[in-house]
Amino acid sequence: MANFKEIMSRPERLTGGHRMCAGCGGTIAARNVLKALKPEDKAVIANATGCLEVSTFMYPYTAWKDSYIHNAFENAGATLSGAETAYNVLKKKGKINSTYKFIAFGGDGGTYDIGFQSLSGAMERNHDLVYVCYDNGAYMNTGIQRSSATPHFADTTTTPVGSVSTGKPQNRKDLAEIIASHHVPYVGQTTFIGNFSDLHSKAEKAIYTKGATFLNIMAPCPRGWRYATEDIMHVCKMAVETCYWPLFEVIDGKWVLNYKPKTKLPVEEFLKPQGRFKHLFKKGNEDLIAQFQKEVDERWEQLLRFCEE
Amino acid sequence: MSSIDFINENVNWKNITPGGEIYEGGTADEFCTGDWRVDVPEFLAEKCKQCLLCTPVCPDAAIPVKDGKRLDFDFKHCKGCGICAKACPFGAIVMKKEEK
Ligand code: SF4
Ligand code: SF4
Repeated sequence: MANFKEIMSRPERLTGGHRMCAGCGGTIAARNVLKALKPEDKAVIANATGCLEVSTFMYPYTAWKDSYIHNAFENAGATLSGAETAYNVLKKKGKINSTYKFIAFGGDGGTYDIGFQSLSGAMERNHDLVYVCYDNGAYMNTGIQRSSATPHFADTTTTPVGSVSTGKPQNRKDLAEIIASHHVPYVGQTTFIGNFSDLHSKAEKAIYTKGATFLNIMAPCPRGWRYATEDIMHVCKMAVETCYWPLFEVIDGKWVLNYKPKTKLPVEEFLKPQGRFKHLFKKGNEDLIAQFQKEVDERWEQLLRFCEE
Repeated sequence: MSSIDFINENVNWKNITPGGEIYEGGTADEFCTGDWRVDVPEFLAEKCKQCLLCTPVCPDAAIPVKDGKRLDFDFKHCKGCGICAKACPFGAIVMKKEEK
């Protein structure tokens, strides 16, 4: 991988002037994934419906320097499969010479839920593309409705906290694990840490591994999670240090843990800065936090077994 | 001619591009989001160690990097979120109230 200074000196492929919220994590994810592209390579980007789609390309203003295809909610995986197949044919006929890389972006709504079947199809057919999910754990674009990526007990507009509800009643599903079960050559899970070397190296592997690859990037949303906007790096760090959001990759079926905290912090450290979990800290709700902690522990133990740690 | 020169609120429908396509990239660069700011970052160049830790965290690509060194902020696009100021380990970015 190129070193950090080289990567950050590369020309921007996602320009400023887009209309994502100040401090948006989804934009940080997309911008840094694109940093992993070699400057001489071109990209074709498909975007499932979501904040990123509607706010980075407001006709005629596009923040994308590369070719970009608007999609419906459910078909980013299918659209990009088609584009990649067309490219292969044109390349074979000698009509295209330069190298193009195929990247889909979707939020958790467009990936875990609505776009899931077209994503699963693209993975199973093993198209040479990468699908990047920027996971902010709810349908933020339409007003913070719960998705299957929303964590247990989160306060959303469709799981509102009140006298009869303590937030989302169900747990969240593990999409990286589900995609790994498609037996694709590469799956990575990451978020924003330090100098982004974990994210940049996973993005580079995902983009430059032949075949279908998948990246799951936890990308906090200040509006939906209700933490102080400037604290995004702290929130990400706590997600990793509490093992709520472990950093791992699955390379040709082999699970690899990329970071193991020296002391696993209690999950409160991740929950506390976020308004969507405020009710968990009310007197009498201690058992809810204990339950959240138990779920985090169980998944972490399972991951350690997968990674043979 | 760039599409942003003629596609606006006053465009005649006959001049809108078919399929809503545009034939160039990065036109949003011309759009100012700097006027969204409530707070504004100030770059204290003398404290900066050029570690670049502030550069990947910006959602708006508003910290230009040239040959491994960061330059002053791109105030046309910076939305004043304050993430870069928190990310800087050397106190070389301070947030202030924007004066309008
Ligand atoms: S305040 Fe926010 S938008 Fe402005 S340069 Fe810093 S990180 Fe970027
Ligand atoms: S993080 Fe601070 S010290 Fe490092 S390059 Fe940015 S402003 Fe300079």
